[in-house]
Amino acid sequence: MRWKSDRYSGWGRALVAEGDLARPERISSLKDLPPTPAIGARRSYGDACLNSDGRAIDMTRLDRIISFDPETGRAEVEAGMPIGELARLFAPRGWIPAVMPGTGFATVGGCIAMDVHGKNHHNAGSFGAHVTAIRMIHAGKAKTVTPKNNPGLFRATLGGLGQTGLILSATLQLAPCPGLSMKVRESRAGDLDEHLALLEASQAPYTVGWLDATARGATLGRGIVEEADHSLDPAPKEGRSKSVPVDAPRFTLSKPVVKAFNARYFARIPESGRTRVRSIADFFFPLDRVQDWNKLYGKRGFHQFQCVLPHSETATLRGMVQTIAESGLASPLAVLKRLGPERAGLMSFPMEGVTLAVDFPNRDKATALIRDLGQRTAAAGGRVYLAKDSLADGDMIRAMYPDHAKWVETARKADPDRQLETDLVRRLNLRSA
Amino acid sequence: MQETWIILGATSSMARALSRKLAEDGHAVFLAGRDMDDLRRQAADCTARGASLAEAVKFDARAPESFAPILDRLADQEGMLNAAVFVGSMPDQADIDADPALVDGTITDSFTGPARFLQMLAPLMEQRGGGTVVGVGSVAGDRGRLGNYVYGSAKAGFHTYLSGLRNRLTRAGGHVVTVKPGFTDTAMTWGIEGMFLVAPPEKVAADILRAVEKKKNVIYTPFFWRYIMTIIRSIPEPIFKKLSI
Ligand SMILES: Cc1cc2nc3c(=O)[nH]c(=O)nc-3n(C[C@H](O)[C@H](O)[C@H](O)COP(=O)(O)OP(=O)(O)OC[C@H]3O[C@@H](n4cnc5c(N)ncnc54)[C@H](O)[C@@H]3O)c2cc1C
Repeated sequence: MRWKSDRYSGWGRALVAEGDLARPERISSLKDLPPTPAIGARRSYGDACLNSDGRAIDMTRLDRIISFDPETGRAEVEAGMPIGELARLFAPRGWIPAVMPGTGFATVGGCIAMDVHGKNHHNAGSFGAHVTAIRMIHAGKAKTVTPKNNPGLFRATLGGLGQTGLILSATLQLAPCPGLSMKVRESRAGDLDEHLALLEASQAPYTVGWLDATARGATLGRGIVEEADHSLDPAPKEGRSKSVPVDAPRFTLSKPVVKAFNARYFARIPESGRTRVRSIADFFFPLDRVQDWNKLYGKRGFHQFQCVLPHSETATLRGMVQTIAESGLASPLAVLKRLGPERAGLMSFPMEGVTLAVDFPNRDKATALIRDLGQRTAAAGGRVYLAKDSLADGDMIRAMYPDHAKWVETARKADPDRQLETDLVRRLNLRSA
Repeated sequence: MQETWIILGATSSMARALSRKLAEDGHAVFLAGRDMDDLRRQAADCTARGASLAEAVKFDARAPESFAPILDRLADQEGMLNAAVFVGSMPDQADIDADPALVDGTITDSFTGPARFLQMLAPLMEQRGGGTVVGVGSVAGDRGRLGNYVYGSAKAGFHTYLSGLRNRLTRAGGHVVTVKPGFTDTAMTWGIEGMFLVAPPEKVAADILRAVEKKKNVIYTPFFWRYIMTIIRSIPEPIFKKLSI
């Protein structure tokens, strides 16, 4: 296996690593390899997928389906398989990944290592709830780990940031997918209360709220709530994917531009709401249609702040949304979502409540704001999502993740010399209890 | 219409991309190479994607006795037979300079091995009155260069072979596409200095299938390599011999 010296970053491009990357195309290339962190499609925003001055294994070329049973919807796939590819291949045969993050480029390995959540978390739980077996290199040996044969290791691997070993493949229980399209109901929410009420009341399998993070005063927290279910209607044809060829200049996402954009985006939906049929990819991965959209933030890149707050902390949420709106720093990409209580792994992010995710350009004011939002999350008993983080403080994170100490123990056994640490794990000193 | 494809050198990422597209169109694919474990995984992948049949078969360009059993398997299949050849090896020119014996292996892998296989396959294709051979050559075969002239000359030989085979199979209703990829983002080019305009293997595979459909004779992929190579070929030898490009 050849190693390539590279400068690389996560999706936010604000943090950059220099190190050596290998990208094996066969499982046999991984034989006799000393423990090395694995990375997927680098759709984590911060430094979870970086290993500065060290080595990392890019898993994206190990992307095969090893088995698929069309009767039961069980599929074993290699870790580098993109989640959107699974949806594309299996939806016509009546199956779809039970949980999908907002980008189809995320790999199965990355979805396990972050125990990702989808627009159906309140119904389906996190990604790990649908993983029935993980084939991994654990403490130097390839083994298959299941919730039965090694529950401790299984739960430490889901959301485990790759610290328990390299994931080779996983068996997924797919969910039935009755049609090739989605029927999407879009409703306006005039303010935060209405927004939360709509999310709360939704009976749809998939629910997500777009937040206008520039709206203030009486319209603070306004947005559009999308509720969706699978549909048998023919899917509309998808447009060709576009790409952002170069770094955009700074004014692209400046305050007046975002404000104007958001106002139009909101007004697009009639007051009485509307219902549309969309393709599966368009509903689940709307941003994937523009390749490399992260370049819109220019060379310095951007951050996403994502937290979850318990339902009782509406006042904290309101305060955060207000501070964000007043800062004038938010981009159009802001999301509110309801999360259910289920979390499959020891270090999984979800908790029952509401999750807020907002993108900010990488500027001093924004990083100060994100740190402040993190502190408020901690004070409210909430949690910050490590897949998005690049600024949090280690003590704060440890306090947010109740099973952290248990996880440290399992990770230590798997990797006593801490060879699997990534930049994120080092920055937050996560491998120490 | 469902057809059968034999893919030589099926573990390469270009071959993988092509075999997936063929599988998704419901064709039968025989995946030939040396790493049987990996080929079996690939066959499973093709099956899950919809191949009517996907099978791993042992092929070693340096072991011609491995050829006949494959041809027997192919002969059992009904309908048109097609082949795509991705085999080849490119040791460092410096290693070849140190050990001239490496010349033989390079030429066997990249030219004479696959040529012998195709020579055995051609009568079968003629009997069935059609089918396509996709031969993957290289822009390196267009002109001998300091950096990789042994590999380049093997590919040049293969290009010429393919042109002759095209002449032959055309008469029987068949066709041969010569593919000259520029830099492709594969394990072979990973981490090698001086790569530019690197194309993803999926793009190369899509170009190949379009060329098959349109019965193109020689394609460069991505297309702009045709212009790059036109320029490189047009440099007069007295100048070229002093360049190191
Ligand atoms: C537009 C967009 C929308 C998103 N929406 C959501 C969302 O709705 N919900 C959500 O939960 N997340 C969301 N995310 C975050 C994303 O799903 C996660 O960061 C996911 O982990 C990315 O997968 P990846 O393959 O890119 O992994 P990477 O970012 O490359 O790696 C993530 C982590 O997984 C580990 N890892 C990767 N592969 C392996 C392996 N084979 N073995 C061991 N460890 C491995 C890495 O070490 C790292 O710790 C979104 C991201 C983007 C860019």
